[in-house]
Amino acid sequence: MNVTRRFIISLIFALPMLIEMVLKPFGWMLPGQNWTMFVLTTVIMLVAARPFLQSAWASFKKHHANMDTLVAIGTFTAYLYSIYALFTKQPVFFESAALVITFVLLGQVFEERMRKNASNAVEKLLNLQAKEAEVIRNGTSQLIPIEQVVIGDIIRVKPGQKVAVDGVITEGTSTIDESMVTGESMPVEKQVGDPVIGATINSNGTFLFKAQKIGNETMLAQIVDLVKKAQTSHAPIQKLTDKVSDIFVPIVLIIALATLLCWYVFLGASLATALIFAVSVVVIACPCALGLATPTALMVGTGRSAKRGVLIKNGEVLEAVNHVDTVIFDKTGTITVGKPTVTDVVGDMKQVLGVAMALEANSEHPLAAAIMQKGQASHLTNNAQVNTFKAIEGKGVTAFVDGQAAFVGNIKLLADYTISEELRDTMMTLQNDAKTVVLVGIKQAVIGLIAIQDIPKETSKAAISALKGRGLQTVMLTGDNQRVAAAIAKAVGIDQVIADVLPEDKANKVTEFQQQHTVAFVGDGINDAPALTTADVGIAMGSGTDIAIDAGGIILVKNDLRDVALALDLSKKTFNRIKQNLFWAFIYNVLGIPVAAGAFYSMGIILSPELAGLAMAFSSLSVVISSLLLNVQRIKTVQ
Amino acid sequence: MSQLIVLVVGILAILFIIWWFFGKHQVATGVAEVASNEQTIAINVSGGYSPEEVTLKKGIPAVLTFTRQDPSSCLDHIVFPDFGINKALPKNEPVTVKIDTTKPGEYTWACGMDMFHGKLTIK
Repeated sequence: MNVTRRFIISLIFALPMLIEMVLKPFGWMLPGQNWTMFVLTTVIMLVAARPFLQSAWASFKKHHANMDTLVAIGTFTAYLYSIYALFTKQPVFFESAALVITFVLLGQVFEERMRKNASNAVEKLLNLQAKEAEVIRNGTSQLIPIEQVVIGDIIRVKPGQKVAVDGVITEGTSTIDESMVTGESMPVEKQVGDPVIGATINSNGTFLFKAQKIGNETMLAQIVDLVKKAQTSHAPIQKLTDKVSDIFVPIVLIIALATLLCWYVFLGASLATALIFAVSVVVIACPCALGLATPTALMVGTGRSAKRGVLIKNGEVLEAVNHVDTVIFDKTGTITVGKPTVTDVVGDMKQVLGVAMALEANSEHPLAAAIMQKGQASHLTNNAQVNTFKAIEGKGVTAFVDGQAAFVGNIKLLADYTISEELRDTMMTLQNDAKTVVLVGIKQAVIGLIAIQDIPKETSKAAISALKGRGLQTVMLTGDNQRVAAAIAKAVGIDQVIADVLPEDKANKVTEFQQQHTVAFVGDGINDAPALTTADVGIAMGSGTDIAIDAGGIILVKNDLRDVALALDLSKKTFNRIKQNLFWAFIYNVLGIPVAAGAFYSMGIILSPELAGLAMAFSSLSVVISSLLLNVQRIKTVQ
Repeated sequence: MSQLIVLVVGILAILFIIWWFFGKHQVATGVAEVASNEQTIAINVSGGYSPEEVTLKKGIPAVLTFTRQDPSSCLDHIVFPDFGINKALPKNEPVTVKIDTTKPGEYTWACGMDMFHGKLTIK
């Protein structure tokens, strides 16, 4: 039986006793009184609590003690004593046993949910692979499962298909979308001799390539390996409480026994009284509040964050956020929009865009999409007559537009056309700003330029300055060249730029920073996954790939970079609440034990097991209330 | 009289707890069986690991089979941080873990919460 079901059962059977506890002062009593409680608690002990006993016994045999040991001893002592008390007509405290079990299980249900959410990044990564490959062996082509591909196989890739494994092109040309592995937003043009990466998507051409790396050797497999290693090396949850439990539990048992001996042997109390004190000690020492402190604050904190579009995956992240002093950003798709956008049109806008749109309407080039979008945004319609359309690989496109020869392309297409000095100068200026410049020509003359760039998101600048305002260092990490990276960094105000970083080196760069700093990494691509897991805090953009989302500890659903600051604030608030909760829960245990043991008996302060149980429940409740207060704490919003 | 009995029993119980939980105890150790270029060992998971220390021979691929009998969710994962392995252990279902034995040394494994530990020696 799983934890959730055990919890539901114990909740159902404990509920009448809980209601009685609340309504007792108003004169409401449970029908059947002690006997009803006995039946209800017996069901809980047999069904929901038995696994605690089994686990406690198994641990005991190996000289270990854990939370289960304390829960089992506390509840079963309370339960067995209550049965004895029931027959000797003394006060019973079945409800303590029942409620302890219910609260502990509640904590475990929360915890299980937290852990399940944790991650299955690895499987998703591997699902990106192509399932089959078209291999040409002995002159005939055959479709085989990817596992059967061997090194040296010649593989054909058609438009729209995934590249099966890593290799080198032997025939044909194409553009390949490598964004899922490299994070590079622009599709890359490939020809004979160029390397191709498995799991990337071929866009327009058909080509043949020779398999060079298969199975565990491919770049994708290497990334999977990195993510796996980074995941398992993470600090374990609740390490402290668990380390403590190995010592805490036996010590509590010793204190309980010592209490019994003191009262019975030295102070001359009756055995029943002495036993009550001892049981009070065990009951009050039940680390319920301690166990609830973390999960409840987590639930509330993460719930509130989720409403604001910030998903926090686990407690480790919260702890790490507290120490973050450096935020590293991926460029493409994180700081920038992630796809090319037209930034400038030089020349007569209507004419230049008109010709460009007429030509690009038939093209599948990513730059064409940017031009068409700009045209539509400028309310231009494309109804020119276009014929003899021709795409010239690596140069651009030519066609006859309304009967006149026209072209859109780069400088290499210029041979047949003339360009004015002025336009040439403008082109240089635009290129210096790290923009891709496309020339537009008609009737043997260049009539204008279109500059295209992957521009920063509107919110990037505000987001960076918000982080700087919190005293954090900002860094940009990108595979792009220095010029492009520097231009973007300047535009958004980032402190430091590291350009020309290979996808597989991103995690290493993060590690370098970690030697002196606690690092948060913000990214969205598959190539960011290792860095996201390596960083102390991985923050993934919600628009990012599934893999990045899985690898990140925090996900920004709204894709708004300004939420990085919000995420850090919310995490800190939640973590501080956890610390407070743990402190109070711990203090409660430390103070509660001597009181339960009867140390203040002479002053008239005693804690009967019912009261100990009630105090236990109350401390749990106070921790829950303290956690709920997280919901109303003020959080600043970045404008 | 009954007070004396309780006193003696109580003190004995305290001494027993101290000895049982804090004293030094031998842990179960195991050496993997080598058969046709593969070494295998079965590890039972119940209140900890038996055996808790495993010795493997260098260079021979090793397969560890974990079977969890303990109902506690404390033990429902097995983690080898050095090998990047983190597997779920469904109750009463054998789960195999392949260990790369090319590098000799001492490694540890733990449950998902790092509460229970085992040691792996490759030599």
